Amino acid sequence: MRSAIIACVLLLTPIVTLAQHGGPELEQSNIDLKDKASLQRGAKYFVNYCFGCHSLQYMRYERMAADLGIPEDELRNNLIFGDAKPGDLMTNALPAANGEKWFGIQIPDLTLVTRWRSPDWVYTYLKSFYLDDSRPYGVNNIVFPDVGMPHALANLQGLQKAIYAEGHEGEKEHVEGVELVEPGQLTPEEYDAMVRDLTNFLTYVGEPMKLERRSLGLYVLLFLGLLFIVAYYMKKEFWKDVH
Amino acid sequence: MSTDTAQPAPGGLLGWFDKRFPVISVWNEHLAEYYAPKNMGFWSFFGSLALVVLVLQIVTGIWLAMSYKPSATEAFASVEYIMRDVNWGWLIRYMHSTGASFFFILVYLHMFRGLMWGSYKKPRELLWIIGVIIYLAMMATAFFGYLLPWGQMSYWGAQVIVNLFSAVPGIGEDLSVWVRGDYVISDATLNRFFALHFLIPFILAALVFLHIVALHRVGSTNPDGIEIKEKKDDKGIPLDGIPFHPYYTVKDTVGVVVFAAIFAAVMFYAPDFGGLFLEPPNFQPADPLKTPAHIAPVWYFTPYYAMLRAVPPIAASQFPGVVVMFAAILIMFFLPWLDRSPVRSIRYKGNLSRGFLAAFVVSFVVLAYLGTQPASDLYTLLAQIFTVVYFSFFLLMPIYTKLEKTKPVPERVTT
Repeated sequence: MRSAIIACVLLLTPIVTLAQHGGPELEQSNIDLKDKASLQRGAKYFVNYCFGCHSLQYMRYERMAADLGIPEDELRNNLIFGDAKPGDLMTNALPAANGEKWFGIQIPDLTLVTRWRSPDWVYTYLKSFYLDDSRPYGVNNIVFPDVGMPHALANLQGLQKAIYAEGHEGEKEHVEGVELVEPGQLTPEEYDAMVRDLTNFLTYVGEPMKLERRSLGLYVLLFLGLLFIVAYYMKKEFWKDVH
Repeated sequence: MSTDTAQPAPGGLLGWFDKRFPVISVWNEHLAEYYAPKNMGFWSFFGSLALVVLVLQIVTGIWLAMSYKPSATEAFASVEYIMRDVNWGWLIRYMHSTGASFFFILVYLHMFRGLMWGSYKKPRELLWIIGVIIYLAMMATAFFGYLLPWGQMSYWGAQVIVNLFSAVPGIGEDLSVWVRGDYVISDATLNRFFALHFLIPFILAALVFLHIVALHRVGSTNPDGIEIKEKKDDKGIPLDGIPFHPYYTVKDTVGVVVFAAIFAAVMFYAPDFGGLFLEPPNFQPADPLKTPAHIAPVWYFTPYYAMLRAVPPIAASQFPGVVVMFAAILIMFFLPWLDRSPVRSIRYKGNLSRGFLAAFVVSFVVLAYLGTQPASDLYTLLAQIFTVVYFSFFLLMPIYTKLEKTKPVPERVTT
């Protein structure tokens, strides 16, 4: 019977380690949710480059500022546009109404993008735009083929062209990598760091309580460890007379 | 059944209550003088743990319902509202989502224990049958509950499962519309699923009560599968029995603490559990116009889903697959009469029983894995093979339990 139990545990392993399959390999984002400076920069980049089209409709300005250590006057002056108040959700009315018209699809809200796609996906996606004349905005993406979005960070990153697998020139299914053909305002290293900050910020936004849950978990486990000692010796004491 | 008749009636507050409600006799009959076998080891933990999780699910569920909005336009946002704006909402929600998966883990282990110890055999047939009904009620609750977050997987999972009803010949289409309250999964479906998801757990609690009443009528079994009631001392107390309270209450307390630690470790450090407990596509709001590339139910349903897909359609109808899927669950009701072995426990059964039980466990786990994966030719073939293995455990049981040579059962429990 013991071997049967071991067998089922072993058989469960592939389910537990269920790998993400299909699609190109993703780069490691190596983000750090404890790095507040990075999160603050990410928030700034998001508001400057993404927020024009993408909302964070489940996130409140106030919560973001409090968690990231952004002072209220800076929040009001630099991160809130229009007549939104700090307690408001980071919604965005204009693109929601016009997305279909501009891009042929509804522009996705990004609050949960890292939970749905994964941080590594977001990081890789932002680095994987390449020139493609067949697309309406002149760019395509390796991890999101035929994406409707233009390369919003093109003047920072520069322009990249696709490197195709041998014998598959011009086939988007066979893009193996990208090559910078026209430098942008940032060096590749600076661009990577910027995209990492953005990914870090979006990962925070996806689950703002992530750090809190981890630190609370430690106290709960410590408490349960102590409780176990008490419960175990109580059981042992009672069961002394069972033979 | 009161055994305290010889003792003087207690006074005070307890006496006041006991005159009006059988406090003392209920306490004695079900706890202080309920004799459980002293050799119930590790595998006896899961029943009481499942009860703990049922309570946890009901309590956290009620708190979630205080902030959740069962509406197609608001449901998804209200879950994020709970996760972000409700005080401790994230903790309550993660407890509930983690609890759902753990509930099934515990119940599967509890059922496996029943299979090992032969807990379904006479006189415990009804106890087992109530258990299977509990399992069905759990699955219904989980199915209705999974729609509520209104994510992509909620929506399309429900769509796939409700479409199964349309495979019923003749009345199928009308039946599926009746279940949904609409031609597609919609606001009307969400509302009724919420109502049912709220209601069934209370029926579940009532069924658990009946399960325990039936258990205490026939007594707990043990790894040896022998009746402790057959050997009693001169006071009528089973020689191998110990009072449930305090012995098993203190023992189960240890079990609860250990389980709570495992539960907390998952809930605080991996609430998604690699996409198994919370599936990534469910972080996208339901979109009736965009079918996800790969639709899979949550892991605890995947064995049956794999069986459904394994059965080839007949005359373009999926009905045979649906029948096989439901048969896989309903066949459990007949288990007490399929087992013809003279002994209860796997300890004293022969190698055939052991082999078939091991094969059954392997088939369940493999089918669970296959159900999470996109169907391919190889996987469909494997699913077909293991569906046959799954059913052969039950259908061949009358034969192999008769054929095999059993070992002698001891007079008294071993440790």
